[in-house]
Amino acid sequence: MEIISSKKVYDVIIVGSGAGGGMATKVLSEAGLKVAVVEAGDHFDPANPEQQTQLKWPYESPRRGSSIHRAFGDFDALYGGWDIEGEPYTNVEGTQFDWFRARMLGGRTNHWGRISLRFGPLDFKSKSRDGIGEDWPIGYEDVKPYYDKVDKLIGIFGSKEGIYNEPDGFFLPAPKPRLHELYYKKGAEMAGVKVMPSRLSIVTKRINDERGVCFYCNQCNRSCQVYADFSAGSCLIFPAQKNGGQIDLYTGAMVREVMTDGNGRATGVSYIDKASGKDYELKGKVVVLAASACSSARILLNSKSAVHPEGLGNSSGLIGKYLHDSTGADRMGFVPALMDREIYNEDGVGGMHLYSPWWLDNKNLDFARGYHIEVWGGLGMPSYGFGFNPNDLNRFFGERVGGYGDHLRKDIRKYYGSMVGMSGRGESIARKENYCEIDPEKVDQWGIPVLRFHYKWSDEERKQARHMHDTFEEIIVNMGGIPLGDKPGKESDYGLHKPGRIIHEVGTTRMGSDPKQSVVNEFERLHDVDNVFVVDAGPFVSQADKNPTWTILALSWRTSDYIVDQFKQQNF
Amino acid sequence: MNRRESLKYLAAGSIASGLLLSGCDWSNPEEVEKSLWKYKYGRTADEIAHDNSLLVQQFFTPVELALITRLAHLILPPNEIGDIEKAEVPELIEFMAKDYLPFQEPLRKGLATLNQRATEGFGSDFLSLEEPKQHELLEPIAYPNEVSEELKEQASFFNLMRNLTLTGYYTSEVGIKDLGYQGNQPNVWNGVPDHVLQKHGMDYDESWMPKFLDVSRRNDKAEWDENGNLLT
Repeated sequence: MEIISSKKVYDVIIVGSGAGGGMATKVLSEAGLKVAVVEAGDHFDPANPEQQTQLKWPYESPRRGSSIHRAFGDFDALYGGWDIEGEPYTNVEGTQFDWFRARMLGGRTNHWGRISLRFGPLDFKSKSRDGIGEDWPIGYEDVKPYYDKVDKLIGIFGSKEGIYNEPDGFFLPAPKPRLHELYYKKGAEMAGVKVMPSRLSIVTKRINDERGVCFYCNQCNRSCQVYADFSAGSCLIFPAQKNGGQIDLYTGAMVREVMTDGNGRATGVSYIDKASGKDYELKGKVVVLAASACSSARILLNSKSAVHPEGLGNSSGLIGKYLHDSTGADRMGFVPALMDREIYNEDGVGGMHLYSPWWLDNKNLDFARGYHIEVWGGLGMPSYGFGFNPNDLNRFFGERVGGYGDHLRKDIRKYYGSMVGMSGRGESIARKENYCEIDPEKVDQWGIPVLRFHYKWSDEERKQARHMHDTFEEIIVNMGGIPLGDKPGKESDYGLHKPGRIIHEVGTTRMGSDPKQSVVNEFERLHDVDNVFVVDAGPFVSQADKNPTWTILALSWRTSDYIVDQFKQQNF
Repeated sequence: MNRRESLKYLAAGSIASGLLLSGCDWSNPEEVEKSLWKYKYGRTADEIAHDNSLLVQQFFTPVELALITRLAHLILPPNEIGDIEKAEVPELIEFMAKDYLPFQEPLRKGLATLNQRATEGFGSDFLSLEEPKQHELLEPIAYPNEVSEELKEQASFFNLMRNLTLTGYYTSEVGIKDLGYQGNQPNVWNGVPDHVLQKHGMDYDESWMPKFLDVSRRNDKAEWDENGNLLT
């Protein structure tokens, strides 16, 4: 195999350009370090008219936005998905993990829900609380200064609530709730469920001169052309480039492995240029992996050498282990009081204006760890699927279902905006038995060995999903609504989504102070090698019921500060 | 296939009449290009190639398309705002049949069975019948909870036609206007209109008001004190 080697030696090579890689790029380049960013997907900029989907109408797509090709519909910004041609993965028989991957600059941050929740003090010390899993070697006080900096740099709206495990930050003001969210608030509070303004990384008020202010199109999943939502490209990498950072961006570059010298220290990475199919090698003093929890694990496991026969940094045998995704269950209700609504522009921000943080004490429950509730509904823009089964709800009024003719217009108008849905997103338990590993038999289109998953839910997660559904039904009924569909039972894991479906996978290179029990130290550096770091969600010991992004960003900043400090001390 | 390749392909005349629906003048390359490229919605090169490969194919015959159009009209008759042709519903159904292959058989078979029922019942194909007779053929398949066993398949075909027709209409320019959807444009959200709140017996809790954005100050740069209290 011919490998084309670069002469240039970078200070740092960053693999991946999502939340973790984007933050590392910004902090390291602004400290004056020479940085290479290696991204497996294409360049993407939501301000590029050729790539924009924001403010498009459904009829601008020949399939009216259906999700046949892009997993979340034609107008979702994400390139990638659960299935990528030429990049397979496998599951051990009888287990299932659905692996979602982005292939673009900025990664999944281009389309995510922008739900930006800090972990609280309890979330870092779960084992001390309930004896399950493991504590993080660091606590909230270690990460707080970085959460604060992330809030101010990127912008997040929310409200100060003074809840111990939902720490307040530096918030922009929240948008007022929509009508269905007021119904939700009423129904939830009757059920004893706390309701408060949501916390999303959307700029409701100007934070600097480079980023625009939200204009309320409800389409953050399309990535904002005025950069009013957080995406790693628009908020971290592009500003770092404009600030004069020495950043070489390699896109379409699929990393094969981390190269090491005879002592086992990293010397750079090898990658395949997807366009030409040729192999290249980049040299660097430090390698920062930010390819996503499972991709970074895969790269490390594939980086075998005499010094690291089981993969780079894998002396503990724990790379890939403790993989865990958020739990998730959803329910929708029909609220007759919301029929025949007056229509006004109710788009709002991309996502919910209100949500419910975890409000109970698990001591009184039959499962460990909590969940938060996201709420959805309203007078949204029609997309493919709108108008399907237009008058099924007639059955609640003893009226005929189906038919044809002008009355269908009235039916559609009558039920438009009368649905309210809820999604529970909760904390699962990190288990050694849930893991990814290298499949000994399968390779991808470039010959790189692929991942094989082994993942099963336990009763902790199933019981949590059952509790979600009990809560959803109670809230829907309190709203004067009717829960739609059947309540899922034991045979369907109480509606618990399959592992991987919530796209919050974490834990594959977990952090700890004992090198036998963990892969990276508290600065996300491999225990085994002093110049390789992992700044995606791989180091998460546990994931709380909080979406991982804000913690990825805070930890990546903290790690990047550490790397800069090590350079200053001439340790690299 | 990129744009240039698809044009070359077209010029070679090796493709069935993919532009039949648009009434496009084949001999005019500019018009062909315009027709292929009316869809500009942020596609990658691979996605453009895929869309184009479908747009230049034809699945339904002209006769089938005429029947699809008639059925869509019966499902949603025109009003003063729009009709299914302005909404390009037949074009959507043609495209979906190529993009989502499981639609092909039920649609083609459903159309044929409908014609067969027309011939058996009234001695003529569906399109040639007067509207009341067309209604007579739809009545037994249009209400999913009231269908006889032997017409279950026809009913599920009709259900699919109804779904595709309505989704096609309401995702079109005229359909969105008909529905009255007001968004997808830059604006400033400042809460539910007061009279709507009143109608629903709702209000914004006074104690919550300080949490919310003062829209008049949204362009003032945010500054906080050290405790996270917003100063601007």
